[in-house]
Amino acid sequence: MAYNNKLIDHFQNPRNVGSLDRDDPNVGTGIVGAPECGDVMKLQIQVDDNDNIIDAKFKTFGCGSAIASSSLATEWIKGRKLDEALEIKNTDIVQELALPPVKIHCSVLAEDAVRAAVADLKAKAARKKQENTEAAPAAQ
Amino acid sequence: MKVYLDNNATTPVDPLVLEAMLPYFVDKFGNAASRNHSFGWEAEQAVDAARAQIADLIGADPKEIIWTSGATEGNNIAVKGVAEMYADKGRHIITQVTEHKAVIDPCNYVGKHGYRVTFLPVDRTGLIDLQQLADAITDDTILVSIMHGNNEIGTLQPIAQIGRLCKERGVFFHTDCCQTFGKVPLNVEEMGIDLLTASGHKIHGPKGIGAMYIRRKRPRVRCAPLIHGGGHERGMRSGTLNVPCIVGMGRAAEICGRQMDTEPARIAALRDRLKNGILSQLDEVFLNGHPTGRTPTNLNLSFSYVEGESLMMAFDDIAVSSGSACTSASLEPSYVLKALGVGEELAHSSIRFSLGRFNTEEEIDYTIERVVAAVKRLREMSPLYELAQEGIDLSTVKWGEH
Repeated sequence: MAYNNKLIDHFQNPRNVGSLDRDDPNVGTGIVGAPECGDVMKLQIQVDDNDNIIDAKFKTFGCGSAIASSSLATEWIKGRKLDEALEIKNTDIVQELALPPVKIHCSVLAEDAVRAAVADLKAKAARKKQENTEAAPAAQ
Repeated sequence: MKVYLDNNATTPVDPLVLEAMLPYFVDKFGNAASRNHSFGWEAEQAVDAARAQIADLIGADPKEIIWTSGATEGNNIAVKGVAEMYADKGRHIITQVTEHKAVIDPCNYVGKHGYRVTFLPVDRTGLIDLQQLADAITDDTILVSIMHGNNEIGTLQPIAQIGRLCKERGVFFHTDCCQTFGKVPLNVEEMGIDLLTASGHKIHGPKGIGAMYIRRKRPRVRCAPLIHGGGHERGMRSGTLNVPCIVGMGRAAEICGRQMDTEPARIAALRDRLKNGILSQLDEVFLNGHPTGRTPTNLNLSFSYVEGESLMMAFDDIAVSSGSACTSASLEPSYVLKALGVGEELAHSSIRFSLGRFNTEEEIDYTIERVVAAVKRLREMSPLYELAQEGIDLSTVKWGEH
């Protein structure tokens, strides 16, 4: 498939490849896709105490478009507020990388991965809050 | 360095072939069906010489060779032509699940028009079960169509045994020999072949030309034509003959014949060098197809934890193909690999390397280096590889819907 230069650049020089500590309370992890479908994305975000995304990492099993889409997504969400990360739409990725119609699902997967990572982080925060409120009376 | 390892898709024309073809465009342009002047005779002679070159390669009589536009047309003539011609004799055809679409689709077509088609399954190496074939033949069966060498995985079917069985049961045997004609010794008598299809561009000849063997005696096979017209090619394929390409395919076949004792072995040695070079440096790489009974040109490997299209992008100066869904318009992984039961994830991770006359040892060594580096790089960024390294069995992971 003939791809545009931005996509090839993200594929040849992917940004933010790697992993963050899943168990860190400030790290959210999203894993989407399935091996039998030909693509699996793992996208992780790390926030500071004010919900600023200070780091993002990804690992992707998939075609060139899937790798480039996840690379681009990590680049875009870094430096955003947590809720602003959810504003990234798959259509923006399609446009930026000029994805052909058969590759649109790669951008959907990247958007899903971001959402899953944010949801994981929020769930962790909610659990922590609950643990704190449960722990508080016991300490009295 | 640019390396072409997609010779099962098509091959470059051999300069010797091109040289043979060139006079037949401008100087010797006659219509082979023009019986009344020297231009026509010249063309007819060239066509007959090429027919003999094709026949020589498969132990046939030149009269049993007809020209087509390529193997897709040949396979269509074999399946639909026999089905129509022998409709009164029977309406059952047997083929296999890993055939090329040029056989499967015509079979499905006749299947929609009053015929019954049996698609035999294959085992993990791509072979059909001869007992299953024998059991599938009934009084209603008119044709068995089983390819010789598979285009994706290289597995060679035991066509001599299939031919014998078909002969015993009085059923015509057609074999698509696109990947073996000129590359593996073939003999229509010894192998009991009644119809055979071959293609010009797979043997360093031109595109748009194919040849078919259709048996004339013991038994005589007739095919209803798909293309009606001037009654060329014993009435089975009308249309003015494509003389330059016919001359080219004949010359290409002749070169293959002369090199049959050395060239397949040389290519197989390069193929094994490629396989061993990759397998010695990477773990979790699996061979698809038969370990030994395969065409000399074909190597099909699955690289666990990486996806085929991204691999091809990572070594973009090496031309190969993949069974991954991401390389197909349908987004379905290869039906051939699925039929082997390798699992869809391994189909997504598959790469077909196919070699030809012009590949060199230097190219193979360069390919090994590039492939190993690309797989390592992509595995480093694969979440599946990471999970596997952590000791997690991927088959136990519950994946999301997508």
